[in-house]
Amino acid sequence: MSSAEIAILLLSLKVAFWAMLGTLPVALALAWLLARADFAGKALLDGIINLPLVLPPVVVGYLLLVAFGRNGPLGAPLEHYLGIRFAFRWTGAALAAAIMGLPLAVRAMRQAIEAVDERLEAAAATLGAGPAWIFASVTLPLAVPGILNGLLLSFGRSLGEFGATITFVSNIPGETQTLPLAIYSFTQVPGGDMQAMRLCVVSIVVSLGALMLSELLLRRANLRAAGHDA
Amino acid sequence: MLEFAARYAAGAFALDAAFKTGPGITALFGRSGAGKSTVLALIAGLARAQSGRIAVDQRLLYDSAAGIDVPPHRRRIGYVFQEGRLLPHLTVRQNLLYGRFFFPNGRLPLAQAVALLGLEELLDRRPAKLSGGEKQRVAIGRALLSDPAILLLDEPLASLDAPRKAEILYYIERLRDELTVPMVYVSHSLDEVVRLADSIVVLSEGRVVGSGAMREMMGRAELRPYLGHHEGGAVIEARVVHQDLQSGLAHLEFGGGVFEIPDLEALVGERIRVHVRARDVSLALARPAGLSIRNIFAATVVSFAADEGPSLDVELDIAGTPLTARITRKSATELGLRSGVPVFALVKSVSIDRRSVGYA
Repeated sequence: MSSAEIAILLLSLKVAFWAMLGTLPVALALAWLLARADFAGKALLDGIINLPLVLPPVVVGYLLLVAFGRNGPLGAPLEHYLGIRFAFRWTGAALAAAIMGLPLAVRAMRQAIEAVDERLEAAAATLGAGPAWIFASVTLPLAVPGILNGLLLSFGRSLGEFGATITFVSNIPGETQTLPLAIYSFTQVPGGDMQAMRLCVVSIVVSLGALMLSELLLRRANLRAAGHDA
Repeated sequence: MLEFAARYAAGAFALDAAFKTGPGITALFGRSGAGKSTVLALIAGLARAQSGRIAVDQRLLYDSAAGIDVPPHRRRIGYVFQEGRLLPHLTVRQNLLYGRFFFPNGRLPLAQAVALLGLEELLDRRPAKLSGGEKQRVAIGRALLSDPAILLLDEPLASLDAPRKAEILYYIERLRDELTVPMVYVSHSLDEVVRLADSIVVLSEGRVVGSGAMREMMGRAELRPYLGHHEGGAVIEARVVHQDLQSGLAHLEFGGGVFEIPDLEALVGERIRVHVRARDVSLALARPAGLSIRNIFAATVVSFAADEGPSLDVELDIAGTPLTARITRKSATELGLRSGVPVFALVKSVSIDRRSVGYA
């Protein structure tokens, strides 16, 4: 691999990693709300979370650009008060990837939390554990396999994100040009076929590696949650 | 002590029950569907009553009139569930200490709980590797270590086989004798209840049909249908006066004489509670001779329990100790039994098995 290709790969991994990390607390909170809480507007919240699955990615990307652009209603105060900038930065690519992957992560984590036996949570309550402690010491550890699975889906979705990213943060080499965007660029120039194919192979290897690693983690987590020493 | 009064309805089921319990073990007895588990859930705050008042040791846990509803984790109720409900991702030690974290000043040290329940070998195992009986022992220890004001046991033997049942019963008896935590023991098995409990609350279709001291309640004829016709009888408290090792018979002294029963693991001087089923008691007008039956007591007929069908229950008095005999209506007529007639009550020694005996 050339140094340019390695840079593209590292950028992709960085974007996907931060997208995954940012997704974790948000997806976990939403998954718990949907699995365990009862409130008005639950169906609406569920629908909004799932919107990125059915909306054209370019719509998500455009809305992000409007909201988080340097003069956008969210982008301007964020940059002014916190110094955080998303527009045309790799952070924006991570944000776009996180939002596109959120429904997948929430779905997996929600199912995992729903599968935790509520009778165990009740038993923990009789032993003196309040709701937050029950979540941390019973629900969370027993849902770990599903949570890991949700994170993996988010990571994988982020590696492949294209439409929302290119609309929101454009295709800037070294800043926002992740693997899919780079492949797209090479297919647009004469003689770029070979370059594109090389990156395709990198894509396949990385994705396959991530899948296998997660399968390994998942198996160990499943064993632990079932009460075996792993 | 527990004061309970609550109305609760869910679907077709309705509960409207009130009772109080004292120290020691109180049995909550009734058929499945009678509302026993619902009562426990209401005490622990895992279900919410429509109205009522629940207090433990004068501490209000729920009072609809005053708008009090203490959340489950602040109620200090130890709860042993039918299925154990150990946390599968934690070791036995971590399960035991789970509640101790919230109540670090608990009265019962871990070492004592471990010794009382025989958990020494299990501490580093995970629940998946425990037998049913071991799981229940850990569940009991875990509940005790959270320093509860009262311990609720919801049919803790229901999912166990006979040897495991005997094992857990033995441990529960030890707790009753060595700790001061009052217990509410839910069961639909009269054997367990007779063996363990000091008092009993009988539930039927969501209502309390009787409550009081075990001995008194077992003698109450109107409760027979609820306690189970087949198992009905009297409970006699007695003291071991002699263990005849040669014959394997223990001699138990009570107000009306001496009982001989086989296979009793008890020391001379210990107080024993014996459940004598009415169907195991025969009557004779004269003291019979040439008979294999070893327990023969002079008694007086007190009354008859009105009963449909060919059999009836005769309430007897043996020098102050009540006993019940179930005989056929025809025999009662032929023997000319009336209130005040002196008779001899006959009880086969082997009809009293280990399941009928508890340590008082």
